[in-house]
Amino acid sequence: MSKRIGMEIAMAAAEAVALCRPDVIAAYPITPNTHIPEHLSEIVAEGRLDCEYLPVESEHSALSACTGASGAGARVFTATSSQGLLYMGEIVPIVPSMRLPVIMCLGNRAISGPINIWNDHSDVMAVRDMGWISMFASNGQETIDMVIQAFKIGEHADVMLPVFVNLDGFQLTHVVEAMIMPDQEEVDKFLPPRKPFAALHPDNVVSMGTLGLPDIYNEAKKAVDEAMINSKKVILEVWKEWEKMFGRKYEPIMGYKAKDADVLMMTMGSIGETAQAAVDELRKEGFKAGLLDLKLFRPFPVDDLKKAVKGVKSFIVIDRAVMHGGPVAPVCAEVKSILYDEPVRPVISNEIIGLGGRDVRVEDFMNMFKKAAKGKPERAYEIYGVRG
Amino acid sequence: MKGIIENFDLFAPKLVDKEEYYASGHRACQGCGEALAIRLMCKALGKDTVVTNATGCMEVTATPYPTTAWKLPWIHVAFPNSAAVGSGVESALKVLRRKGRIADRDIKVVSIGGDGASFDIGIQAISGAMERGHNMIYIVYDNEAYMNTGIQRSSATPFGASTTTQPAGKESVGNKTWKKNMAEIMVAHRVPYVATACHSYPFDFMNKVKKARKVNGPAFIHCLAVCPTGWRCPSDACIKMGRLAVETGIFPLYEVEDGKYKMTIEMPKKLRPMEDYLKPQGRFRHLKPDEIEIFRGMAMLEYNKVLERIKHSKSWSEMKS
Repeated sequence: MSKRIGMEIAMAAAEAVALCRPDVIAAYPITPNTHIPEHLSEIVAEGRLDCEYLPVESEHSALSACTGASGAGARVFTATSSQGLLYMGEIVPIVPSMRLPVIMCLGNRAISGPINIWNDHSDVMAVRDMGWISMFASNGQETIDMVIQAFKIGEHADVMLPVFVNLDGFQLTHVVEAMIMPDQEEVDKFLPPRKPFAALHPDNVVSMGTLGLPDIYNEAKKAVDEAMINSKKVILEVWKEWEKMFGRKYEPIMGYKAKDADVLMMTMGSIGETAQAAVDELRKEGFKAGLLDLKLFRPFPVDDLKKAVKGVKSFIVIDRAVMHGGPVAPVCAEVKSILYDEPVRPVISNEIIGLGGRDVRVEDFMNMFKKAAKGKPERAYEIYGVRG
Repeated sequence: MKGIIENFDLFAPKLVDKEEYYASGHRACQGCGEALAIRLMCKALGKDTVVTNATGCMEVTATPYPTTAWKLPWIHVAFPNSAAVGSGVESALKVLRRKGRIADRDIKVVSIGGDGASFDIGIQAISGAMERGHNMIYIVYDNEAYMNTGIQRSSATPFGASTTTQPAGKESVGNKTWKKNMAEIMVAHRVPYVATACHSYPFDFMNKVKKARKVNGPAFIHCLAVCPTGWRCPSDACIKMGRLAVETGIFPLYEVEDGKYKMTIEMPKKLRPMEDYLKPQGRFRHLKPDEIEIFRGMAMLEYNKVLERIKHSKSWSEMKS
């Protein structure tokens, strides 16, 4: 039976990974995700998990080893942050093109430079279009749940794609929270052993990762694109099954006092919980504020977004990364392109906040709501709170 | 003293596996030494093998989708990571076997790559995989430049070779340095079996692959692979060039078993003149007599280092006591 625990979220994520019985884990140290692989190596050392743990010499090799192990039919896991993800970068797009499930926890951290170990989403945004399913946890409980769900989704025969489980560096990785941890029996029931489509073995010879000339490259990309589109259905099914088994509901976009809101804000990750406090404050003042929490970034829940903003006058899109030279920031770019075809659209403002771990307070969110209520913003996007 | 690895020196032509695991019809150049070496490697390894391949000629020429020349399970992921991918495959096979999810038998993982993928961009992954002690073989097929992308200089390019990124010219002799000594680097990793080899000595090469396969741990083979296209020599000179590289002392064939060096192809007392090797190759055509002397000096230094090690090295098991 599930058990209530109090634990650092990174360690809880590791416990959740262990419940999924991974066969191979390869990871390289980088703050702030490191407690996840550290704790996993501890679990292996204690004999609680039968798994090959590879303390590899780089993130590039971590993802490479995971790709090879996944190719051999193993259930694999890795975790990283920031520069580690960028160092893996060469391999990141190859994994989905080979249709190999690899589950990765990203302890989201700002990318250099300047070097900064604190939280924002610039790491994952750098690889957002490469064919990985990408989910964002807002708290410890969601981290645990999404880790377990990720294996089921990524390994599903209709998907076979790698999955990022994003959890904010420090704000989540290093925070101790009360969470409910499923037990082994429940997870075994939810997540049977992986059944690979093909595996590297002399009894069933395959060539993986072959050369794609121009006559096939198009089709290879289309295949990943189709898998990504199809994954939405699987994700929803898996979330339904999860809700039925564990009683916790997941949707691509979760609303908070959003139904009757005049001004709606959308966030990803842990910062949304601060924004909720701002919504509560504003509601006390009679200001109809509401919040959307985008849980599923890839595949982007296009229709859910259209539905969620219907009738809203003003929509604030929160970004945690800059898109240098772009028209707006990355999440807002998605939102604007989705709503372009809609006959009635809200006024959209785009606030880039909390870069490199900069604190964002309840008052800051309240200011953003109030500013947005005044009408069309002066600029397409703002880096909020920049000192002069 | 009995070696740590079974002796395969009795390897005879009739014992060579008739099965072809690396099929004909691949698109490698005429006279490609690397394709030949891979075919021999596969025969020495046999069926229970998984191959991981770095990006390079062998991946490009053998696997344009939907075709493949590989009749062994094969995976290619990227350029620098063949060894890392191999370490992942090896770990997966080990744990899946332990958990009873695959058949209970030994399957050897063999990671291969060219000199660019191994001496240069992939050296970190090789260092990691060898140092961690995975039960796998790494074989570098060294044709002494980035041939797949068009003969660019690598750290395996010998002195004086003209390449497209260090061409010979009025102010340039071509490449200015001698090859990196990968075998030595691997010995320093305490890899229990390290060898140099060449396809022009097929039984010596296959013996070494067989020995490497027997090691319960990492093994490394540096195989010189003649590239007529990049060396600018006739394609029918492939085997001859490999022989000359050995007979001139430029590429001696030896093995290092448990730290102890041994020449596997006996060297003549009087080495063949280096000119015999240099002259037929367009990449060395420009070398003047004084530059050939520099080449000779560099090659002899390396050769004599090997001779010294053969004379003085002791096996690690000997040295422990």
